Amino acid sequence: MAINPADLTIAAALAHLEKGDFTAQELTQASIAAMQAAKPLNAMITETPEKALAMAQAADERRRAGKAGLLEGIPIAVKDLFCTQDVLTTAASHILDGFVPAYESTATANLWREGAVMLGKLNLDEFAMGSSNETSYYGPAVNPWRGPQGEKLVPGGSSGGSAAAVAAGYALGATGTDTGGSIRQPAALCGITGIKPTYGRVSRWGIVAFASSLDQAGPMTRDVRDAALMLRAMAGFDAKDSTCVDMPVPDYTAKLEDGVKGLRIGIPREYRMDGMNAEIEALWNQGKQWLVDAGAEVVDISLPHTHHALAAYYIVAPAEASSNLARYDGVRYGLRVPGKDLIEMYENTRGAGFGREVQRRIMIGTYVLSAGYYDAYYTKAQKVRTLIAKDFEQAFQRVDAILTPTSPNAAFPLGSKSDDPIAMYLNDVFTVPINMAGLPGISLPAGLNAEGLPLGLQLIGRPFDEATLLRVARSVEKAADFKARPDAWWSK
Amino acid sequence: MSLDKAAVAKIAKLARLKLEPERQEAMTAELNTILSFVEELQAVKTDNVPPLTSVAPMKLRWREDVVNDGGDPEAVLRNAPGRQASFYTVPKVIE
Amino acid sequence: MSADEKNYIQGATGAWEIVIGMEVHAQISSKAKLFSGASATFGAEPNAQVSLVDAAMPGMLPVINAYCVEQAVRTGLGLKAQINLFSVFDRKNYFFPDLPQGYQISQYKQPVVGEGKLILDMPDGSSREVGITRLHLEQDAGKSLHDQSPNQSYIDLNRSGVALMEIVSEPDMRNSEEAGAYLKKLRTILRYLGTCDGNMEEGSMRADVNVSVRKPGGPLGTRCEIKNVNSVRFVMQAIEYEARRQIDVIEGGGQVAQETRLFDSGKGVTRAMRSKEDAHDYRYFPDPDLLPLELDAGWVENIKTSLPELPDEKKARFIDKLGLSPYDAAVLVAEKESADFYEAVAKGRDGKLCANWVITEYFGALNKSGKSMADFVITPEKLGGLIDLIADNTISNRLAKDVFALMVETGKDAATVVDEKGMRQVTDTGAIEAVIDQVMAANADKVAEYRSGKDKLFGFFVGQTMKASGGKANPAAVNDLLKKKLAG
Repeated sequence: MAINPADLTIAAALAHLEKGDFTAQELTQASIAAMQAAKPLNAMITETPEKALAMAQAADERRRAGKAGLLEGIPIAVKDLFCTQDVLTTAASHILDGFVPAYESTATANLWREGAVMLGKLNLDEFAMGSSNETSYYGPAVNPWRGPQGEKLVPGGSSGGSAAAVAAGYALGATGTDTGGSIRQPAALCGITGIKPTYGRVSRWGIVAFASSLDQAGPMTRDVRDAALMLRAMAGFDAKDSTCVDMPVPDYTAKLEDGVKGLRIGIPREYRMDGMNAEIEALWNQGKQWLVDAGAEVVDISLPHTHHALAAYYIVAPAEASSNLARYDGVRYGLRVPGKDLIEMYENTRGAGFGREVQRRIMIGTYVLSAGYYDAYYTKAQKVRTLIAKDFEQAFQRVDAILTPTSPNAAFPLGSKSDDPIAMYLNDVFTVPINMAGLPGISLPAGLNAEGLPLGLQLIGRPFDEATLLRVARSVEKAADFKARPDAWWSK
Repeated sequence: MSLDKAAVAKIAKLARLKLEPERQEAMTAELNTILSFVEELQAVKTDNVPPLTSVAPMKLRWREDVVNDGGDPEAVLRNAPGRQASFYTVPKVIE
Repeated sequence: MSADEKNYIQGATGAWEIVIGMEVHAQISSKAKLFSGASATFGAEPNAQVSLVDAAMPGMLPVINAYCVEQAVRTGLGLKAQINLFSVFDRKNYFFPDLPQGYQISQYKQPVVGEGKLILDMPDGSSREVGITRLHLEQDAGKSLHDQSPNQSYIDLNRSGVALMEIVSEPDMRNSEEAGAYLKKLRTILRYLGTCDGNMEEGSMRADVNVSVRKPGGPLGTRCEIKNVNSVRFVMQAIEYEARRQIDVIEGGGQVAQETRLFDSGKGVTRAMRSKEDAHDYRYFPDPDLLPLELDAGWVENIKTSLPELPDEKKARFIDKLGLSPYDAAVLVAEKESADFYEAVAKGRDGKLCANWVITEYFGALNKSGKSMADFVITPEKLGGLIDLIADNTISNRLAKDVFALMVETGKDAATVVDEKGMRQVTDTGAIEAVIDQVMAANADKVAEYRSGKDKLFGFFVGQTMKASGGKANPAAVNDLLKKKLAG
């Protein structure tokens, strides 16, 4: 059977593999070929075709032996923020030049244990700091969707490579990480599905840290069912992460088709902002209607502190980042730029090794933690965070999930916002509050704008109730019936 | 609160970042833009609100006092940009 | 002269008072490190006890060692301190090559242990109280070696992440002797508790000493911190040097700069550190990789009830129940091993007699042997056996010293030595009388002198009688009989 990985979801591919329509090696070969044809997207930092084929062969053997895992033989790609044993890991930063870890992140190890096959390491914003993938030392990844005049668009970020690889069709799924929207926003901009699980659901061990209290890894896939499958494989207790919860991981597909009848869905009025993009607003209203039509009760809710989330985020995240990135000092791994003494070596290495956005955040973070400013900034932001979390807590006493847009805009042209940090930060205005409260959130493609570009809707769930969240998402997905795909201009 | 170039230079020193002279002006402006963006927080009433200590409702897990790690110098030294035998090396430090 | 005045030191402009506070870093005697599973033992090959966490590899996370938490609480209870059921781990941010994370995980605003106290036992037998400000848990840094190469420093991360307790005192000490006594007493308590081995040579205990000087009753002076002093003697030397230096600076019209200094034990001087941090701005904030440390009150109570008897209580008991002098009691409780040894000897025996034997003879011989108590040939049973022979008059106290020397030499027990050497004391008055008769006969002239009033010769007759008996005659019996016989 001829294989076009772009036509396959993970669930469909698993069915074919199980039936013997093709082997994991054949599927992987098709994926590798598609990956190599998609170089213009610059979605990969490192391709690992040989490793992929070896893993696929092992997957075929396990399947033949009746020992197939949840994702046996499924070619996926890994955001280059996950440390992968004996495979270059860069965080898309110059400062990690040549870094080859002696260890494998727990999240990816879980995926390999379930039989997934690694195609390579995906592009991202440097240290996951960005919303367009333009801060990558390896150059921007490009959105498979193009503007009406063929303009190259950003895939969103920071998991831009992940979204591009899945949308382009060669990776059946990809890992992402989400600190302020880095899974959901690129998923929305590339027309795919991405879930940020509850903080503590997926181990952070072995994932290059950006902001420890906000970072959470999750899957990026073609549809909701695949997200459910892949999340189940990635998640789980890890004694090596003190913030990872010891709680069983359910089969998220079990109640996926149960519908939303009887569920209450909240619509937060504060998300309806002045000057909101009319198409986004219309899509949001449409989403609300789909849920009503499916039998849910839609209620108006208030999250009064939510509009402070972005400001608080741009204190907390840089503060944590400034400390997390102190270890990149040219001593134990990565880049070293010599200097006349130790301090100069540090300054030269970090000055040359970090890009502008990362430097900005290190600077802001250093400043807000420094003597005399700590309370005014950091403590204040953490207090606001308490209020944000309380808002959600109260809302979830009344509703089972919350519906909002994912991003205030569709994909935008490369370079159009890269000189204006605040304009870039505003991309995450709808996603950041969820990270601040540690909640699970999912983005799924729900329609196209007038320019034919995908738009996403976001659903927010109760802590550790990804099952309900996915079930609501599946209901919206069915109603939206999003079938559009980018034309494969890059391989023509 | 607004930063001047000297303050920015001091922060860069604290963060061990070499800022090229031509970047200092721009960096100062960028940081001030971000700081004025976050300024809105000062208006939020937070009297008697405790700062968030943990987003997840969980308790710190304690591990047993067991030696089950280390013992593999190569694993930690293999990426070192400066190395002598089993030591990392850095430019000489004078204490 | 008042107690305070005794502490003053004289400068050109009059008397000065020294004010001393101390921060002691005590390594918790755990198997593994505070936040990683790498071994915390001393003396391994470079970087052989380093986990990916200790080397701060990207994506590595800390997980706390339960045993270390328990030892911090145990130590806090031993210092009669407040235990905080809610404490927080913070990151202390600064760059140094032996600090791989670029921050040290420590506790800043909310430490696990709050205020406590410590009693100093001064050499003159007096006591003094020093306040404990706090105790917190933190990671140790790695080690930089500067003398291996002309242009490079070598970094060994074996110590990186080892669990430390930082124990901070109030500035309650007024002279180097008190500072020395503080360090010794703290070490004693840690060893009793078993939470730290107190081995300063291996760096399990290091002191940062804060020293300032002031005119008596005047405001506090500017303090200097002398970092990482690794013996009691050096702490005392450093304080004496530093106080004198500060007085000289002030009296010379200068001002003491607040700075971090190092003690050069070779030259006996302190000097300013050259690698001073340009600005001490550690940017402490709660470590987002860890949750707050929450303790259960019942769990703390259980530790409290399991505490051993501590040196202060033991000392009080030795004085009250066993009749020892404060000095003897203090000497015996200074090391738990000594106190245990003494108690084993004194069990069912005279406390005071046993204390004398342990302190004078036993410690003397032990020091001479250069051995540890565990390896030394004299066990509590052996020493007890010897003391029993004194108590039942089998041997005299004087002869017992000879027996003890033979016991040390041969490893035999007291009774065997006495029997083999025929050293049993003669208490048979007939036998003693016979010896006295011989002595008197051989010294008829002296007998005459004595009888004519030269009382001082009595000692001569005692000596001669003992000598003639081979030291075995019971001295009391010799005294009685001699008096009678010489009286005629």
